[in-house]
Amino acid sequence: MQAAEQIVSAATMSLPDTLSVRVGKRLPGADRDFALEVDLTISPGITILFGPSGAGKTTLLDCIAGLTVPSSGQIAIGNKVFFDLDREINLPAQTRRIGYVFQDLALFPHLTAAKNVAYGLAEATRSEQRKQVDTILESFRISHLRERRPGEISGGERQRVALARALVTDPCLLLLDEPLAGLDAPTKSKIIDDLRAWNRVHRIPILYVTHSREEVFALGEQVIVLENGRVVAQGTPHEVMTAPRQETVAQLAGFENILDAVVIAAHEDRGTMTCRIADSNVDFETPLVRVETGSALRIGIRAGDILLATMPPQGLSARNVIPGHVVSLQQRDVIVSARVDCGVEMEVQLTLAARDALQLQAGREVWLIVKTHSCHLMAS
Amino acid sequence: MDWQAFWLTIRLAVLVAALLVAMGLPIAYWIAYSRWRWKFLVEAVVALPLVLPPTVLGFYVLLALGSRSPLWRWWQAMTGHTLAFTFTALVIGSVIYSLPFAVQPFAASFALVDPKLLAASATLGASKLRTFLRVVLPLSTPGLVTGVALSFAHTMGEFGVVLMVGGNIPGVTRTVSIDIYDQVEAFNFSSANQTALVLLAISFAALCLVYGMNRKLWELWPWK
Repeated sequence: MQAAEQIVSAATMSLPDTLSVRVGKRLPGADRDFALEVDLTISPGITILFGPSGAGKTTLLDCIAGLTVPSSGQIAIGNKVFFDLDREINLPAQTRRIGYVFQDLALFPHLTAAKNVAYGLAEATRSEQRKQVDTILESFRISHLRERRPGEISGGERQRVALARALVTDPCLLLLDEPLAGLDAPTKSKIIDDLRAWNRVHRIPILYVTHSREEVFALGEQVIVLENGRVVAQGTPHEVMTAPRQETVAQLAGFENILDAVVIAAHEDRGTMTCRIADSNVDFETPLVRVETGSALRIGIRAGDILLATMPPQGLSARNVIPGHVVSLQQRDVIVSARVDCGVEMEVQLTLAARDALQLQAGREVWLIVKTHSCHLMAS
Repeated sequence: MDWQAFWLTIRLAVLVAALLVAMGLPIAYWIAYSRWRWKFLVEAVVALPLVLPPTVLGFYVLLALGSRSPLWRWWQAMTGHTLAFTFTALVIGSVIYSLPFAVQPFAASFALVDPKLLAASATLGASKLRTFLRVVLPLSTPGLVTGVALSFAHTMGEFGVVLMVGGNIPGVTRTVSIDIYDQVEAFNFSSANQTALVLLAISFAALCLVYGMNRKLWELWPWK
């Protein structure tokens, strides 16, 4: 992206630094107190912070930005210390040079897009300000909005203005709290492309909070899963999301079907085992793991990993073919979600075209096809 | 109609409103953002003039300005003049008396500014003062106009405090409301009525400005 390269020449490049965060924060709650306790090292590049609401994601960002004072610990980027309880260091937010895009964006409603973006450039001369604002507006393709106020532009445009406002200050760290929530997929992926292009030139750590699995795979080089104020998983998106050990991670990772099961037979020779779903006589063939026959476990199956057939299929490599009938069909965006009763109720996702081709409707007899390795095992 | 009293009152009201902006903004800022546990005490003191009889307030202001008070001695040493029954005394009494009419709308409008905007301003490197000037103040315009208009109108019409601390010296402390009182005492009803009508019109105009502002009158303004 040419425009992004122009920004480099305008801004002074700083060496990429690693963010280290070791903080504790106790917050009194209505039912019980909430405690955040994390120890993280975040390298330059995009790191996804993933977790259910109330996991402490925003609290963590606020601690890093200096908007909330941690109860203990240390926060530093490179050798610049933001916070250190023992050494009584607590840099105020305005001196930390952190770009922060808030969940609700927090654009100044009384200022135009250009003035919002220029807000963080108070120390630059007027002509320098103008140059930098022009460059960043152009690279985020919002030059035509410069004289408009936040109330007069669309959601996606507002999100671009908020990103531009944070990036133009040449921050040493970027915090993004669900900056693309509520946008349609094409707009989202365009903004993600712009952000990645920007990050290629400005190698700073970006901490990106999201609920969306698509964004995890589209953006993240690293994923951190936060739950109840603690880190429960960390790694590349592929490592974390495809082999979840914890049920919460599994739900977040998009296992719509999570079934309690009991191991009834192990087939050492085939590398598989047979598991019976609790309270049913449905059996699944799953990958073999080291457990005793009779032990309980959970099977996670993605709704998108299940095939549907309207006739008994033959000559398949998939080991699990389970008869059932459609209970209901629900359209979400361009995906159809079918609930199928086959002794247990399962969710299956298919395309609109597939639904029409199969003439699916409630009550229709179907066969579910699940590959052995689409059955992900978790401890129960 | 006593034009001398009228201009004196206008001068007083403008001066008091200006002083209240200068003093009221920091007090209101502190009330809106402080987390001090005893803050309510300050809020109660600021609101006192709302419920206190003006004569009580005037009485204590008079005592404070009198020859036995340290304030009087300080003022005497500084200027060589006394304070009681002067225009300055009138200004001091009026500022105290109208304080809640300025501070409360200011503080209420500051508190309405989304705290996320203040956080955004801080992360963009702005100091507290810059945040106040560039974000809080512009977003509080209706509250500012309300505070200024109310303290102006309230000072225009005050009577008790003025009488206590200023007396009734033409050209120095004789305000419109005291003029009206004198006219009525002298059974000069038509003259009292004229002056009263002017006060009524000014008060009505001030309140129209307040409510119009809060309804974003300027969006309907035909000549903008």
